[in-house]
Amino acid sequence: MESALETAFPFIVYSVGILLAFQGVLMIVAYTVLAERKVLGWIQGRIGPNRVGPWGVLQPFADLLKFIFKEDLVPDKSTKFVYFLAPLVALTCALLPIALYPFGPRIADPLGWLVPYTAGIPYLGDAVPWIAERAINMPLTIAQLDVGVLFILAITSVGVYGIALAGWSSNNKYSLMGGLRSSAQMISYELAMGASIIGVVILAGTLDLNGIIQAQSAGPWYMRWYIIPQFIGFMVFLIAAFAETNRVPFDLPEAETELVAGFHTEYSALKFALFFMAEYVNMFTVSVLCTVLFLGGWYTPGLSYLFPVGSIPYALASHVTFLLKIFAFLFLYIWIRGTLPRFRFDQLMSFGWKFLLPVAIGNVILTIVIVYLLNM
Amino acid sequence: MVSTVIFFLFAGFAIACAISMVYHKNPLYSAISLIGVFIALAGLYVTLAATFIAVTQILVYAGAIMVLVVFVIMLLNLDEDKPLNRLRYLYVVGAGLGVALLAQTFFIFYAVLKTPKSPADPDSLAGSPMSIGQAMYTEYLLPVEIVGVMLLMAIIGAVILVRRMEQPEMEAVIEQESENRIE
Repeated sequence: MESALETAFPFIVYSVGILLAFQGVLMIVAYTVLAERKVLGWIQGRIGPNRVGPWGVLQPFADLLKFIFKEDLVPDKSTKFVYFLAPLVALTCALLPIALYPFGPRIADPLGWLVPYTAGIPYLGDAVPWIAERAINMPLTIAQLDVGVLFILAITSVGVYGIALAGWSSNNKYSLMGGLRSSAQMISYELAMGASIIGVVILAGTLDLNGIIQAQSAGPWYMRWYIIPQFIGFMVFLIAAFAETNRVPFDLPEAETELVAGFHTEYSALKFALFFMAEYVNMFTVSVLCTVLFLGGWYTPGLSYLFPVGSIPYALASHVTFLLKIFAFLFLYIWIRGTLPRFRFDQLMSFGWKFLLPVAIGNVILTIVIVYLLNM
Repeated sequence: MVSTVIFFLFAGFAIACAISMVYHKNPLYSAISLIGVFIALAGLYVTLAATFIAVTQILVYAGAIMVLVVFVIMLLNLDEDKPLNRLRYLYVVGAGLGVALLAQTFFIFYAVLKTPKSPADPDSLAGSPMSIGQAMYTEYLLPVEIVGVMLLMAIIGAVILVRRMEQPEMEAVIEQESENRIE
């Protein structure tokens, strides 16, 4: 009995963790859509959605219901198998990185405070200390990978297929143009994105997301957040991130004025919703990556003076600052969408290859030289 | 137990994808199957505790090379009614290579069964990015440099192939293009 529980315990913990993490992220993503419509409304002097629930707070659920109940149209001459596969690829590749998000610091004893309260109760009195003992120092990440940054880059690079295949299989010239544009764009900007991360990896000496945060929490004040020593890398990463997620001003794959709706012209109902969700989850992932690499992830200087490191309030406060940093990036996305016009495609390509990539590589060389000189 | 199940899952998926890659007439289906093979192989690498190689496999093969392949297939949009029959003589070569590969596989099986088993060290750092990087820049520096020079040659070759035109001719084309833009 005991050993069976021992084997089952990690599975239960992981199941609960996966459920919480995915549900939480998807809820935030749903409300990002509402926030986007509201903020865009304010920027354009409108009110935005305000019919469903007070202040429009139930709008995401109304949207979802609408997506589910709309008729699912499949173009007659589409390549059926690929047409069905494409949105699944897009959403799967968007959701996978959630497993690596570093949600917060380790808590020394998360459930220890429960033990005295449950001491006298039958069953619970035995179960709680047993669980509390196993929960000690549990990481607040589903999967800790020593190549976390690379994993997220790899999965997002596979996500291109969702868009490219959707464009190809729809048998529509606008879709095909959108698909071609997106694959060209994402290959080009992936390079700049990868190169802009190298500087951070050199400074941190690890590819593990939690390790990078740990590295930022040590060292002199100007190394606390890598945005200070790696400002060029941060700017390049931010610009490349907009291009990678196909957002304004780089939303060429779905440019309404030229391509109707780009790669998802022929998609309707739930399949369109999958693409839509994938785009917003990708935005969230890129914001998490940006926060972890350049803004210290869950680490915020000064919090360790307020609460003892490893305590529950410290973890909660860290988690809240982590979310606040991500929300700041999400707001930036929306803000820029409301402000900037779209690039022309040749401008997009020459900007990526002739400006962003050289700057990113220059930043890598500069970082290597400075680190070498400092360590001499 | 769990790892055996996962191994057969990924291995079966890899073989199924490989077979479908060879048998599909539509080049895009073949490309998608090949991506499936790469992802299944990456899964196998993870079960062997080689996460770095697994991630690199996805990043380089599935993420970069196959995107180019899919891109080209989409651009050309080959007609699937016309089978490519002009490479018929390659069947003989293919059969010979297949036999060689089979022999090699059996040899590897034989060699693995012959060698005494040594339990893997769980604390070993082999396969971590740090150890791979250190090995690449100390022990295997010469091969890395040779690969670097070869890649540089490939890049220069690609640029030369694209820019076949003479310089004055090129400038004329650029001028005309920019005039068209202004109009």
